[in-house]
Amino acid sequence: MLDIERLTKKFGDVVAVNAVSFRVPTGQMLGIIGRSGAGKSTLLRLINRLTDPTTGRILCDDWHGRGIDVSTLRGRELRRWRAHCAMVFQQFNLVPRLNVITNVLMGRLSYHSTLRTLLAMFPQRDRALTIRALQRLDMVSHALQRADALSGGQQQRVAIARALVQEPKILLADEPIASLDLLNATIVMEALRRINKEDVITVICNLHLLQTAKDYCDRIIGMKAGAVVFDGLPSQLTDSIAREIYGSGQEGDEELALAFSATSAPPSQAPVTRTGTGQ
Amino acid sequence: MSIGQNTLAAPAGSADALSRFEAQYAIHRRNIAISTTLFWTAFAACLVVSGITAKFDVLTLIHGLPRTTEFIVKMIPPIKLETFVDDIAEWYWGIGKWMNSLLNTLLMAYLATVLGTIIGGGLSFLAARNLAPSYAVFWITRRVLEIARTVPDIVWALLFVLAFGIGPMPGVLAITMHTLGAQGKLFAEVNENISPLPSDGVRSAGGNWLQEIRFGVLPQVLPNFMSYTFWRIELNVRSATIVGFVGAGGIGHDLFTSIQLLYFADAGAILLIVISTIMAIDMLSEKYRHRLIGKDTLGR
Ligand SMILES: Nc1ncnc2c1ncn2[C@@H]1O[C@H](COP(=O)(O)OP(=O)(O)OP(=O)(O)O)[C@@H](O)[C@H]1O
Ligand SMILES: [Mg+2]
Repeated sequence: MLDIERLTKKFGDVVAVNAVSFRVPTGQMLGIIGRSGAGKSTLLRLINRLTDPTTGRILCDDWHGRGIDVSTLRGRELRRWRAHCAMVFQQFNLVPRLNVITNVLMGRLSYHSTLRTLLAMFPQRDRALTIRALQRLDMVSHALQRADALSGGQQQRVAIARALVQEPKILLADEPIASLDLLNATIVMEALRRINKEDVITVICNLHLLQTAKDYCDRIIGMKAGAVVFDGLPSQLTDSIAREIYGSGQEGDEELALAFSATSAPPSQAPVTRTGTGQ
Repeated sequence: MSIGQNTLAAPAGSADALSRFEAQYAIHRRNIAISTTLFWTAFAACLVVSGITAKFDVLTLIHGLPRTTEFIVKMIPPIKLETFVDDIAEWYWGIGKWMNSLLNTLLMAYLATVLGTIIGGGLSFLAARNLAPSYAVFWITRRVLEIARTVPDIVWALLFVLAFGIGPMPGVLAITMHTLGAQGKLFAEVNENISPLPSDGVRSAGGNWLQEIRFGVLPQVLPNFMSYTFWRIELNVRSATIVGFVGAGGIGHDLFTSIQLLYFADAGAILLIVISTIMAIDMLSEKYRHRLIGKDTLGR
């Protein structure tokens, strides 16, 4: 169980995340949707603690099964927490000049002494974990290639492998398919879904496309201007609610169209353009 | 400006937007014109003032120029074609001793480059805004690097000679100080230009600061670090020669004594050795640097 309590993050005057509260039971696949700037990325970074919250709490069971307040963790504990809730990014965030194996081994950093890792001396078990993770994502044949020699979809699978070897209980994915083509997007989403089911890992996933969220997630949260405006089952997310989430204004209309662009039945009122950006 | 003509089927209100843009653009252009004029005026004023204070006088320059050539002529002894080999041998009578000194100088330069680069490289991560653990650390490191860099290496050499006595060690220390200051600053700038994505990735996986630097930052900056370091070796051979003037030994010491004793031919011979050494290093490092940068761009 992950329990977010009135989590707020301000950047100067901008309230990026505004008193957000929700609970995620273990093993759920949760999709977060909302227009650009709604605070989705910030929310995930808060949970991973890459960003510190202004106020609010994040309560969760830690790696020993004890309840902890994540928002107060520091130092070694904080790094263990980050490993515990692995993160996958839109831009993959691999180290371009390092090979795939080394990139995946980054997921083991928090488990060993600094000196040992600085010399890139990882134990055999870590390499075994790495190979197994790459196997699951069908990337073993690329293990010794440099990360920047891979396609976007392959890079994202390496990033997911890195997340897996962290042996996490939660996986946070920030628009993992936004820079991928349709085929790669499907491969990545299937992989996330499989990991969610097989390993009983809670997955929280920011998504651009409404339909992707509906197809893969057990539950959807809609954010608008930093606040939660919808929280329910995919089937409860009607077109009018979606329109509410994607908001008003010219920019909002475009995003609405974009978000709907993959749906089979576009909403009747809004003219839907299938522009090239829809993936 | 013909922006208006390019807009197809301008929606209502766009004429208004255009005129507002035009007004802003005019202000923008005027501001640029003002700052450009101010800059060049200040530039010219500084040039005049510095020329006057440095007593830079064209007449003195014209009168003095022949005397510099006189000096150069004195540095090269008469060399005849029929006795060419003997003349050269005569001129380079001290070649054994000088080569030994040159080796000393090169070793000084090498050691100082390695030490300065390691220390400066380490500090550069603290001196980069995006990587420093705190603003205080950043600020202090920057100031330390500035002091190390702005004190001329000959002054460091004098200081260390006073402290440790004559010999190569104060020379090495002096050049190390300057090198760490310069490398620290240059490397810090490289560090500030990296992509934050890989280090975010390392951090999100639970990496600590050192691990973030080692895996997220270092692979990105290493080619640039190497390139600067090759350049620095070349600069440090020159510095190692100069600190020899104040008692750090090496070829600089030989050069200094020969000038002091007015053995101009010796000075000329030694200078030629130094110049060709630096040129050789320059060519070698240039080649290597290009290979590094070439590989970098091919990598993508
Ligand atoms: N580091 C930062 N400094 C200042 N403001 C920030 C920072 N990060 C985010 N913001 C602001 O916080 C708000 C929410 O940003 P966030 O990136 O979380 O949105 P998002 O929902 O992920 O949008 P997108 O779909 O475009 O990725 C935005 O207004 C953004 O400008
Ligand atoms: Mg985002």
